[in-house]
Amino acid sequence: MVVGSLSGADTDRVFHALADATRRDILIRVIRSGQSVSELARLYPMSFAAVQKHVAVLERAALVSKTRRGREQIVNGEVGALRRVSLLLDAYEEIWRQRVEQISAILDEE
Amino acid sequence: MTVISSTKDVDKLTLTFVAEFDAPVERVWRVWSDPRKLERWWGPPTWPATFERYEFQPGGQVRYFMTGPDGEKAHGWWTITAVEAPHRLEFDDGFADDKGEPVDPKDITHGVVTLEATGSGTRMTTVSTFVSAEQLERMAAMGMEEGMREGMGQIDALLKE
Repeated sequence: MVVGSLSGADTDRVFHALADATRRDILIRVIRSGQSVSELARLYPMSFAAVQKHVAVLERAALVSKTRRGREQIVNGEVGALRRVSLLLDAYEEIWRQRVEQISAILDEE
Repeated sequence: MTVISSTKDVDKLTLTFVAEFDAPVERVWRVWSDPRKLERWWGPPTWPATFERYEFQPGGQVRYFMTGPDGEKAHGWWTITAVEAPHRLEFDDGFADDKGEPVDPKDITHGVVTLEATGSGTRMTTVSTFVSAEQLERMAAMGMEEGMREGMGQIDALLKE
């Protein structure tokens, strides 16, 4: 059983953030160019608050950042080449996490 | 009980993963040395592994495949480069074609496994080093949920623009 983890929480946040189609769509748009939350809110059939929540999930996963432009909050993508490698290493780490859980189960039954 | 830490080196394309087991070193070594044990944990839960050839010695060749949820097979190979029972194992891991033979012998992930006795059990450190981001991507794909894979694909397309 996994009881402690240094970076597992970060990985979970990224996985969770990318698991939703609207959030992936927001991320792709803001990587192309920064957009305000209200610009984004116009694109989806959901409330401003709901879009704000999606942005917050992406922000917690450090996939986007927010800057202020006058009264507007601009959402920017934070996925460059190095960050991409970092995300891939996170995904590979997940494989090892699963392997170690499976090894533990084998050792426990002996 | 397993305590885990992991360290990423983005520049060197390396992942260091540390786990502790409540079992003596010799028993942890056997999950590597015995292919019947190894195949119970090497593949992700949805991609169980089958090791068809397992020469557990320096220079030894390993051939295996993993079977996906729809019955599709992903073949892989290792060349074992160092064995120091029961403390150290090193191998090169690469993708294989449908016949199980290496697609590109230079396109490898190098793995170093170290087992050390602790007061209560064994600390296992695995260091995985990739030769390129593309290779890391293919290796990592199996650890990704569908949404993550899709997101990474879209991010890749954007970065190539």
